[in-house]
Amino acid sequence: MTTKPATTPGPLREFWFYFSENRGAVIGLCVFALLVFTAVFAPVLAPHSPVHQYRDFFLTPPSWQEGGTSQFLLGTDAVGRDILSRLIFGAQQSLIIGVVVVTIALFGGIILGLISGFFGGWVDAVIMRVMDVILAFPSLLLALVMVAILGPGLMNAMIAIAIVLQPHFARLTRAAVMAEKNKEYVMAARVSGAGKLRLMFKTILPNCVAPLIVQGTLSFSNAVLDAAALGFLGMGAQPPLPEWGTMLAEAREFILRAWWVVTFPGLAILITVLAINLVGDGLRDALDPKLKRS
Amino acid sequence: MIRFLVGKLAYLIPTFIGITVVAFSFVRLLPGDPVLLMAGERGITPERHAQLTAQLGYDRPVVVQYLDFVMGLFQGDFGTSLATRRPVLGEFFALFPATVELGLCAVILATIIGIPLGVFAAIKRGSVFDQVSMGAALVGYSMPIFWWGLLLIIFFSGMLGWTPVSGRIDLLYFFPNGTGFMLIDSLMSGQSGAFTSALRHLILPSVVLATIPMAVIARQSRSAMLEVLSEDYVRTARAKGMSPFRVVGIHALRNALIPVITTIGLQIGVVMAGAILTETIFSWPGIGKWMIDSISRRDYPSVQGGLLLMAGVVMIVNLLVDLLYGVINPRIRHS
Repeated sequence: MTTKPATTPGPLREFWFYFSENRGAVIGLCVFALLVFTAVFAPVLAPHSPVHQYRDFFLTPPSWQEGGTSQFLLGTDAVGRDILSRLIFGAQQSLIIGVVVVTIALFGGIILGLISGFFGGWVDAVIMRVMDVILAFPSLLLALVMVAILGPGLMNAMIAIAIVLQPHFARLTRAAVMAEKNKEYVMAARVSGAGKLRLMFKTILPNCVAPLIVQGTLSFSNAVLDAAALGFLGMGAQPPLPEWGTMLAEAREFILRAWWVVTFPGLAILITVLAINLVGDGLRDALDPKLKRS
Repeated sequence: MIRFLVGKLAYLIPTFIGITVVAFSFVRLLPGDPVLLMAGERGITPERHAQLTAQLGYDRPVVVQYLDFVMGLFQGDFGTSLATRRPVLGEFFALFPATVELGLCAVILATIIGIPLGVFAAIKRGSVFDQVSMGAALVGYSMPIFWWGLLLIIFFSGMLGWTPVSGRIDLLYFFPNGTGFMLIDSLMSGQSGAFTSALRHLILPSVVLATIPMAVIARQSRSAMLEVLSEDYVRTARAKGMSPFRVVGIHALRNALIPVITTIGLQIGVVMAGAILTETIFSWPGIGKWMIDSISRRDYPSVQGGLLLMAGVVMIVNLLVDLLYGVINPRIRHS
């Protein structure tokens, strides 16, 4: 039970007040900020080029292990590329994947959900049944098959994952719109002559944002995981692009000989996804009014 | 109850139609001509091409082709695999038991660990146990399971040598494929060591596949339990002087488990998707690996059939979960 501050704080202050109570969420946010920093300054931070092959250093162990050198802190892979540099550049890929996928899914889902919830009737029925169909397939399987149609590659993988994740946004938006559209403020806007588009995007949508933010965060981590999985199955980013899932796929045959080529890329995926999920949990607790009251 | 059942079934019809449309469109959306795809790299003469196009019905209107496809489905015709020239349905059901065995073991493992973890975390809310187990659950939930599988192989197979790396059983055992479930078949074969071998092959893939469902179930059990524990009737039970064990074990747990059952059911889709990755890592001869192999072999009829059948399985399981939910919670049934 928390006591509210006496003065009414701004919405951002209030949000931070609730968010910062969750220690995990703050840690997650810090790790995520660090990840963004790494991605932005990758060319400065990385000690080597992510694609340069050092022919004299195949499968060099990490520097602290016997046979390792301080030149390659986390060792090298089977073709002599520096793993640390590839991981640092991989952060770029993961963030791009997350941002692109969530943007496409959010944009598509919001528009479909708004139309569905606002107009109702057969439009709603058709859109929602299509969403049901997408949700009926195991998501990774549908994404895989879509990539098989579109051709392997990071862009196609991102489109496929966005399509698979998008129904969640459409459903959420629809539910929020249905709850809002008969409220008095919407009625007032309608009476004062607001057009349909204005009602949908300016009047109703801003009041449906909270659940979408939470879902967006969770989808971000899902996108990173699914893209890595597709990369691992050879259907996502193609070598020599330093994407973490693709790195794991390349490392698979060496797992019993060189633990480091497998361990570090996966650890990077886990830490990233974990950080984003921590933030997501924190956001949900901070934005959900039901939990706030308890 | 009948009305509830009929309502649920009617709701499934549009979804079913949608799934068939998606699966049907799949082969048509592929770049290139299906007949040329089928012919493969050897190529084909124009006459043979025209003959095959007519024979396979690709020269007819798309709607007629679609209706034909759906009629075929009802007669059990899911197409013929390009790789093996055998019916896709037969291929699917030959491998399906392997996936079911793995999936069931994973779900059981996830349930028997996940529920107690969540329930105890809720009872001891805020304790070290709560924090550690929920932290672990969040890690499990965020786990790239393909990497987790590789790590377990490195540790248990590579370093300790306890478990085999791939397959369902050691090659030196051979017995008739009775039920399709290796654990049961090996036990019934009476060969010494067969069952242990099957079990040792099963254990790592099950753990990997169970990881995410376990985390989800533990988190869901905890929040469901917390909600129930704050209800008035639990306080009443406590006030009456009932032992804490009875309050939690009998009064609270029964109601807390209702939403958890739905969660477990919804994990079937997760398990199906996870099976694709898990089976690939452990060379487990199930439908997940078969789908990946079919995609890389460009065996499109198999991919199409597999897509349809896997979606069908998820749909049926979800329906069963809905019905079960209706049975245990009358409020859902009558609303």
